[in-house]
Amino acid sequence: MDISSDAMDGIERLATDGRKGLLGLCAAESGYTLRRPLLSSFETAPIAVNCEVKKMHENIRPIPAIEERKDSIQTKGRTRQELKCDTDSVAGCVSQRACVYCGARVVLNPITDAIHLVHGPIGCASYTWDIRGSLTSGADLFRFSFSTDLEELDVIFGGEKKLARAIDDLTAKYHPKLIFVYSTCIVGVIGDDLEAVCRAAAEKHGIQVIPVQSSGFAGNKSAGYRAACDALLNLIKPEDNQQIEKDKTINYLGDFNLAGELWIIRNYLKRIGIELNVAFTGDSSYETLKTATKASFNIVQCAGSMIYLANKMKELYNIPYLNVSFLGLEDTSESLRRIAKTFNDLEIMRRTEELIKMETVSIIGEIQYYRQRLQGKKAAVYVGGGYKAISLIKQFRELGIEVVMIGTQTGSKEEYATINNLVNDGTVIMDDTNPSELERFILEKEADLLVGGVKERPLAYKMGIAFIDHNHDRRHPLSGYAGAVNFAREVYSTVCSPVWKYRKRGDKNEKAEQKFPQCERKSL
Amino acid sequence: MKKQSRSFRNVSENPCNMCMPLGGIIAFKGIQGSMTLLHGSQGCATYMRRTISEHYSEPIDVASSSLNEKGTVFGGEANLKKGLENVCLLYQPRIIGVLTTCLAETIGEDIQRITADYKLEKQRPELPIINVPTPGYGGSHSEGYWHTVKKITAGLAKETPKHSKLNLIIPHISAADIRELKRLLRLMTIEFTLLPDYSDTLDAPYAETYQKIPSGGTSIEDIATMPGAPATIELGITVEEGVSPGKYLENEFGVPLYRLPLPVGIENTNLFFHTLKEITGKEIPEEIQRERGRLLDGMFDSHKHNFQGKAVIFGEPEQVFSATKLCLENGVTPKIMATGSRTRKIDQLLAEELKKFEHVDQETVILSDTDFSIIMEKCRQMGVNLAIGHSEGKILTEREGISLVRYGFPVHDRVGGQRLLSVGYQGTLIFLDRITNTLLENKYKNYRARMFEKYYPLPSPAECELKAR
Repeated sequence: MDISSDAMDGIERLATDGRKGLLGLCAAESGYTLRRPLLSSFETAPIAVNCEVKKMHENIRPIPAIEERKDSIQTKGRTRQELKCDTDSVAGCVSQRACVYCGARVVLNPITDAIHLVHGPIGCASYTWDIRGSLTSGADLFRFSFSTDLEELDVIFGGEKKLARAIDDLTAKYHPKLIFVYSTCIVGVIGDDLEAVCRAAAEKHGIQVIPVQSSGFAGNKSAGYRAACDALLNLIKPEDNQQIEKDKTINYLGDFNLAGELWIIRNYLKRIGIELNVAFTGDSSYETLKTATKASFNIVQCAGSMIYLANKMKELYNIPYLNVSFLGLEDTSESLRRIAKTFNDLEIMRRTEELIKMETVSIIGEIQYYRQRLQGKKAAVYVGGGYKAISLIKQFRELGIEVVMIGTQTGSKEEYATINNLVNDGTVIMDDTNPSELERFILEKEADLLVGGVKERPLAYKMGIAFIDHNHDRRHPLSGYAGAVNFAREVYSTVCSPVWKYRKRGDKNEKAEQKFPQCERKSL
Repeated sequence: MKKQSRSFRNVSENPCNMCMPLGGIIAFKGIQGSMTLLHGSQGCATYMRRTISEHYSEPIDVASSSLNEKGTVFGGEANLKKGLENVCLLYQPRIIGVLTTCLAETIGEDIQRITADYKLEKQRPELPIINVPTPGYGGSHSEGYWHTVKKITAGLAKETPKHSKLNLIIPHISAADIRELKRLLRLMTIEFTLLPDYSDTLDAPYAETYQKIPSGGTSIEDIATMPGAPATIELGITVEEGVSPGKYLENEFGVPLYRLPLPVGIENTNLFFHTLKEITGKEIPEEIQRERGRLLDGMFDSHKHNFQGKAVIFGEPEQVFSATKLCLENGVTPKIMATGSRTRKIDQLLAEELKKFEHVDQETVILSDTDFSIIMEKCRQMGVNLAIGHSEGKILTEREGISLVRYGFPVHDRVGGQRLLSVGYQGTLIFLDRITNTLLENKYKNYRARMFEKYYPLPSPAECELKAR
């Protein structure tokens, strides 16, 4: 198979699409030296097979609609009213959301040299031990799990003393500069005065001990993001209100350096002549975060978790912000341009165009190869935050895939409005969904793949469809150009895997053989 | 031998256990047509679903009453009732398990009354709802598991005429282990009720139509007739009597109870079959005897390699006990035995076993209610070269270079935790091979460089002089 010509077809099509003039241009200017894609074991995979196996579920079992969920689900083009979102989960519906503590923990956890002490029973710490794939270039204390491990007696008599002793012990053993103390459900109920214990400990040890008000029941995951942002504001506050002198660096909010994603973006910025000051919170540390207020502006990726902090930094420190996304070719290039433009420096803008061209050319061949094989597939998306969902729609479009179902755990009204604008008529949009609804709409919309996290993965596989991990525990980067090609490769590796040709087997072997005599003969 | 527990410490660093409701969810997964609801804040259910999902690679649907601030202050009755109703609508379960969390217990929810009210209000008198208090601070997931199995037994068992089906109550073992136990009992032509049987529900075959509640599990009817059984075998010698389902059946219905260790290792497996023979009078079939012979053959083949092993064994008490026994029988020295559970029984049981084996140097340590910071420190002090336990032990590999043989729950950084076979003569041999091969892999990886470093350099003049003297 002539890969280069395949890829060129794709590029021409894109170029004539009108949407991606640049991509075509890049390929053309590069003198058709498209890099041969890295196909590894998939090279010999029977690509066409997957296309034959369509319509795998004939019977869609109706599920009873739960009245309270109705306003949180809509079909584009059929519903006028605004989607209901940012509310408490409905009891008994098996929401995929976690809690306030989880929201706070995932945001703060990547701070590498901090002690993250969970004040509560052991479970809260156990289930969150080292679950993010955040990488560090320095300390790795953040990968340890610390808990006051509250027991029955502590619950009865209060946990303040134990907490104070825990901080003493940890300080003596690890000499940290910074400790975050997370409050959990029962701490909120028994009424331990976290503020007071933290203040006393900070004074005693001469370090910063910051309480994070994240009792699990006090709202949803978004409330946890806010609690984390409050803790961060507490941390970056200059001492004695002294004015920190501004320089030309920028901060990057909402990147957690999953599998080195922050480093990828930092290097792009460096190449176009922009210095990154500190990221919130990927690969950050006590010292680097303390310099946050000197930056000239903030770029915000994961808006769901960070927009509150961005607004506060604008208000308190006069640091404006820009929403960006480095997921996918289109968004990455667009974001780099917008950042460059803010500097109003011709040299920076020139270098940005140069970088975009160079990086695009280096991956476009491979992406087009996948696009050819993925064209016409349908995706269902269920992720945590709105920005991810929005970027995914565009990213799938780059691969010729239509998003037919999309939802988030914590998307905002504005984000849902954007989603609504981007998707085609008939696409199902939902907030805080659950396995029953996922199953129903995957069948109804005949999705070929699902994007989600750990809990959604087995559902996709049990239903015999492809799956993309877009969770914070992944071990491969999805940001920037490197991420865009990883993403395309991952979609290809799951959608076009040879395993799906066997999916009709299982319990109803005979029926499968009747329907797919060819597949069966091939396998023998 | 030293004993040590963590009770005097103020902080847990890198936990070796999870909390009670997680064990409860696993137990309910073994009941046919069941659905579980956690009464508490939304996060608990999600975290536990995620943890169980990672190990079993199965969708784990667990509902939550999603308590919010209002529910916490004014009581969660409305949330719990609405949760139950929505579970009924969405899942049509045959039975619902309601587990509490820290939050529900701390605000003092009377779930017994609330669920009874719910059944009346919604006219579902026939729907069994089993309430289990499982506050997260009450114990580890092991205790949560046993406590729940006992509550299920107590909730469903009824006075029944005597019959010939044996009760087999199991600890939290892999799905493959459950299937192996069932195969062995069938080979012995013994009828049985195995509780809780999650071998299909947590390791379901792919089927054309997705089932929200997967088929399989111990049926409610079978559990109801457990009191008529000729005997109960409970694979749980480390379990406290207060939470032992077998003890409950013995006390309430007079079913004779045999408490045995997991049949892992030759002695424990012998004991398992001898007990079966004693209870049923049935002979151990040729096929099983040949499996025993093959295990012995394998043990002899690899005994010298195994003698190199100095192991740390950690996890749930029942697994720690049986894996330690397997090590002892095969010449692997168990240096550290550790569990995050607060159990008193395991110390004594292990101490007795250690005494029986002469080759073991007595410098061993038993840790209960412990965490990985302590385990790691001990490993460093005691020259451990092999770890046996769940995936959280990967920290020992990462930081101390100690290879990990994965065993128990959770296995989240490798596939197939649900298919790890370790019980019976066959399972024991497969488990032993995993241990031996890990030791061999280490040996082959390092011995050339080690020998070179040790023997190749010529002695210095000073050393020569020393030797001459």
